[in-house]
Amino acid sequence: MTKPVVIVGASMGGLRVAEALRRFGYAGPITAIGDEPYAPYNRPPLSKEVLAKEVSHEAVAFAQRPATEDVNWVLGTRVVSADVDHKTVTDSNGETHAYSALIAATGLRPKRLQVPNGELAGRHAVRTLDDAIGLRAALVPGARVVILGAGFIGCEVAATARKLGCEVTVVAPGAHPIVRPLGVELAKEIQRRHEAEGVRFLMKTTITDLIGTARVEGVQLDSGEQLDCDVLVEAIGSHANTEWLEGTDIDIADGILTDNAMRAIRTDGTVHEDVFAIGDVAKFANPIFDEVARRVEHWNIPTDTAKRVGQVLGAKLNSAENWPSVLDEQFAPVPSFWSDQFEMHILAFGLLALADDIKLIAGEIEGDCVFGYYRAGTMVGVCGIGLRSTVQSYRAAIGSLAS
Amino acid sequence: MTIKIDVDMTKCQHYGQCVFEAPNIFRLNNDDKLEYTAEADDSERANVEAAIDVCPMQAIFIVD
Ligand SMILES: Cc1cc2nc3c(=O)[nH]c(=O)nc-3n(C[C@H](O)[C@H](O)[C@H](O)COP(=O)(O)OP(=O)(O)OC[C@H]3O[C@@H](n4cnc5c(N)ncnc54)[C@H](O)[C@@H]3O)c2cc1C
Ligand code: SF4
Repeated sequence: MTKPVVIVGASMGGLRVAEALRRFGYAGPITAIGDEPYAPYNRPPLSKEVLAKEVSHEAVAFAQRPATEDVNWVLGTRVVSADVDHKTVTDSNGETHAYSALIAATGLRPKRLQVPNGELAGRHAVRTLDDAIGLRAALVPGARVVILGAGFIGCEVAATARKLGCEVTVVAPGAHPIVRPLGVELAKEIQRRHEAEGVRFLMKTTITDLIGTARVEGVQLDSGEQLDCDVLVEAIGSHANTEWLEGTDIDIADGILTDNAMRAIRTDGTVHEDVFAIGDVAKFANPIFDEVARRVEHWNIPTDTAKRVGQVLGAKLNSAENWPSVLDEQFAPVPSFWSDQFEMHILAFGLLALADDIKLIAGEIEGDCVFGYYRAGTMVGVCGIGLRSTVQSYRAAIGSLAS
Repeated sequence: MTIKIDVDMTKCQHYGQCVFEAPNIFRLNNDDKLEYTAEADDSERANVEAAIDVCPMQAIFIVD
């Protein structure tokens, strides 16, 4: 029997790579192993409208296509280790799966607050559907919600909780919400708009301990102040899920390092021909910007990296004419993200965090506006509140930096 | 052969990501709202499927 392509992680990246393999002509067996009990679903709504409305798998599940009907989905099963010499992975039931090629799509998990009195109910993070279901139940009108972290997810949850009638306080070490990567001017404006809706910000502040016996009743701040709290949401960044690759020769320092074909790189710098990484967990250099490998936690990355693997691995497994010349094609996806907070629709392209100079290039800061992000005078990103056509018009310029 | 395209306008947030994948089908109008062509030649299917993949709200459907 031909050995299957094994995908570890059955979320957006896992689904998209299965689809891409089929699209690029691979007709052999595919096994996708994921530890969540659900078929692949869309995460961004979990901090936005789904959290405000009905939270169910049905509301966020990805449509599945006929081409991937015969994928063997092994759900509710965690992969615990990999043996890249013998080409197998082992799952939490002790079962071993041999593979012809391995695709890592294990994403991230939230960092959690470490405090002495941490073993309390009422602590939440938002990554999975189950997280969102748990948080939704706690967001009742009048609930005192403390959000630790003022990045995109923290701000989105703040807006949604406020709309649901909660009393919301955001606590974060930075000077302004989402100041990295948006920059001070836009960050201040976003803070102003949140405050106008009744969200309170305690910036340059952090939580040193929790108060309560069985449940969170309050938080202790480093300023000495204490806040009453029924619901604590921790939105302080994430860790790459790479523990299952420990003991292999793959470079897993903060994500899985890959080359431009998404093939995993060993700690000695050589390339694995049949181990790939995609999505949030992949760390790769993007020729648009430079040669620095980065993880990019944007929603378009699973789909774009999955297509690249479909192209490369599809050609290889089919011994297609364009193998191995596909490796020479340059893969340079334009990062794109969006965020919804109250009436703000934020849309961005590029890597804003690289900028050394940020300028308002259209509109007015109090209303709809577009900012350009420049590194050494070259635009590396664009971000707007509203004015989507204007934001979009810069995408091609950013993409063309690669050539 | 033609395909029928449907966008759930109660879900669509007008991000216009679909425009890059299938510019013959999707566009943003002067008010930055999505407009689309509901019927197209089958040759557009791959582009529309790519648009389905990149739609953040998963609002696009091909009605077969
Ligand atoms: C609340 C929220 C809001 C977001 N909003 C936006 C947004 O507005 N815009 C934007 O651009 N991006 C947003 N993102 C980011 C976007 O959702 C991610 O980039 C995307 O989900 C990454 O997909 P992935 O398949 O790479 O990883 P994931 O979706 O993280 O999937 C990885 C899967 O692998 C599983 N897994 C992990 N380890 C193992 C193992 N050992 N064995 C088996 N399975 C395993 C995990 O349980 C998970 O199901 C948001 C993310 C979250 C959580
Ligand atoms: S990508 Fe989806 S949400 Fe965005 S404009 Fe197109 S249909 Fe609407």
